[in-house]
Amino acid sequence: MPAPVIQQGSPFTIKLEKRLTTSRLNNILIPVISVFLALVVGAIFIYVTGNDPVKIYQTMLKGAFGSKYGISETVVKAIPLILTGLAVSIAFKMQLWNIGAEGQLYMGAWAAAYVALFMPDLPGFLVLPTMFLFGFLGGAIWALIPAIPRALIGVNETITTLLLNYVAILWFGYFVYGPWRDPKGFNFPLSAAFPEAARLPSMFDTRVHYGLIIGLVAVVIIYIMLKHTKWGYEIRVIGESPNAARYAGMNIVRNILLVMILSGGLAGIAGMSEVAGLTHRLQPTISPGYGYTAIIIAWLAKLNPFAILLVSFLFGGLLVGGYSVQTLGLPAATAYMLQGLILFFVLGGELFNRYRLRIRERGGK
Amino acid sequence: MDYALVTAVLAAAIIAGTPILYAALGEILAERTGVLNLGLEGMMLVGAVSGFMATIATGSHWMGLLAAMIAGGMVAAVHAVLTITFKANQVVSGLALTIFGTGLSGFLGKKLIGIPAPSTFSKVSLPVLSDIPFLGPVLFNQDPLVYLSYLLVPLMWIFIYRTNPGLKMRSVGENPGAADSLGVNVFLTRYIYVIIGGIFSGIAGAYLSLAYAPTWLEHMTGGRGWIAIALVIFSTWNPARALIGAYIFGGVDALGFRLQAMNIGVSSFFLNMLPYLFTILVLIFATMQTQRNRIGAPGALMLPYDREDR
Repeated sequence: MPAPVIQQGSPFTIKLEKRLTTSRLNNILIPVISVFLALVVGAIFIYVTGNDPVKIYQTMLKGAFGSKYGISETVVKAIPLILTGLAVSIAFKMQLWNIGAEGQLYMGAWAAAYVALFMPDLPGFLVLPTMFLFGFLGGAIWALIPAIPRALIGVNETITTLLLNYVAILWFGYFVYGPWRDPKGFNFPLSAAFPEAARLPSMFDTRVHYGLIIGLVAVVIIYIMLKHTKWGYEIRVIGESPNAARYAGMNIVRNILLVMILSGGLAGIAGMSEVAGLTHRLQPTISPGYGYTAIIIAWLAKLNPFAILLVSFLFGGLLVGGYSVQTLGLPAATAYMLQGLILFFVLGGELFNRYRLRIRERGGK
Repeated sequence: MDYALVTAVLAAAIIAGTPILYAALGEILAERTGVLNLGLEGMMLVGAVSGFMATIATGSHWMGLLAAMIAGGMVAAVHAVLTITFKANQVVSGLALTIFGTGLSGFLGKKLIGIPAPSTFSKVSLPVLSDIPFLGPVLFNQDPLVYLSYLLVPLMWIFIYRTNPGLKMRSVGENPGAADSLGVNVFLTRYIYVIIGGIFSGIAGAYLSLAYAPTWLEHMTGGRGWIAIALVIFSTWNPARALIGAYIFGGVDALGFRLQAMNIGVSSFFLNMLPYLFTILVLIFATMQTQRNRIGAPGALMLPYDREDR
């Protein structure tokens, strides 16, 4: 008996082919489509839990960009995101997974607050520069703690930097609830207010402060450093091919330590600018997770400093929008759920940057 | 310290170690096939909240456990698609999973905060065994999920080291190219164990919200997912060592809690740092140890597999 001919499966085959080059258009188009798809899936989540996604997205958009106040708040949130985004991206450039920006931010804020609260003899014009220096050092030293075992014996820095976030926040909490609590503060866990000389001035009659200038300058400096200095070149080579770097005689241990110092320092400055520019005192929470959002920003921006600037404003808007949906009874965590979804889609979308889909007729040419 | 206190602390160490143990066992399976999943924290949170929701909806904590397992597996499947099929960076995908899971659990759990679980995994003392002096009250006066973990560890050990599917699983993680040429389906194997890993994390989360706490709190994992990842390195990917490690970590946790209750004059902020600092120290020690003995991570850990690159 002749075997019957069975047509198996679909008449087409789908195959992935490697692209040799990535096009500029794709570099922009793919992230945009990815973010759009993430928002669509987010809408499904919101809908399934009995909320109106259109109304919620509208509220978020209006809250973040619909008024002068909204825009200024978006910029306020963007400031620490720019700095921590840069911090994370410079480490990622070298394949160093510093996910401790959150803790480094807290330690920078703590060290800067020490200057503001306990160095009353410092001449006024020196207060902010000293806070800046201490903020940088606070974050840098905190980053150096996991950097040393990573550089010398290869201890997984992802885990250690992350665990140190918890330690830093507890350390910070100890001082806010304990020795640094303002005795005149009606028992609230707040430090005394910083003196005038320890405050970054604000701009345009809003809460936007000079931390924005620090962030913009940092973007330019990091860009030049990565693109046009020998050190930046070494960082890129080590990140892309540690073996090639080793053969070329680059000192990897030293570079790990230096990059982590810079990375932690930038996050520390973010903390300094938050307390000096915004809260003007220590309070139990000074970051809603900027150090984690920074990871998404860095990846979405493909570690490019100017793209980080742009993406930070968008994510600042997402955070502000997240607060504004609380009026509709949704938790601020909605914004973080959307952030996670965005990163999923961006990661998935990268495939199409590296490969192209080829659909062929089965048995055809 | 008197006898009753010692057994109480040790029993508490087992309870505190159990969620970390489940998460670590799941991660061992995933990493054994070459897929690092840093999303344990997120998967545990999703497991904790969905287990809690299902328990409220059905009134049964076993249904809650089932829901947590399904939810954990589903979230892990996202990681599997991204890292196995889409060949995305495993570190970043895992971080995305943690951020997403934290957000999703906060989103879903908003209305549940402060509600006690209607039905929980409570202690069942095993007949005869619980009468053994010392060991009885420590080991055999626990809840069913603890007993399940006692069974799971030896079964997993046998599976990994003594069975054919276990061997195939390890080969995929050590050398996927060779495994492929011997006819092992690398992609399918990775999918299966990454998803099983997620199911385990779901159990770990359900343990927190249905046995340990038992209630839902935002961020209730408090870094346990990360401690579990460190524990996997400490365990050298061996479930038996993971068990020992988990109870040591649990012991540090329980001891800190106990010291807090005894009011020894050290701020609770510092006592709460103990598990994290201890984990970091252990990780440094374990890294030195594995390097000296040349037993490292699975050979293909963090490397996406591409047949064309073979």
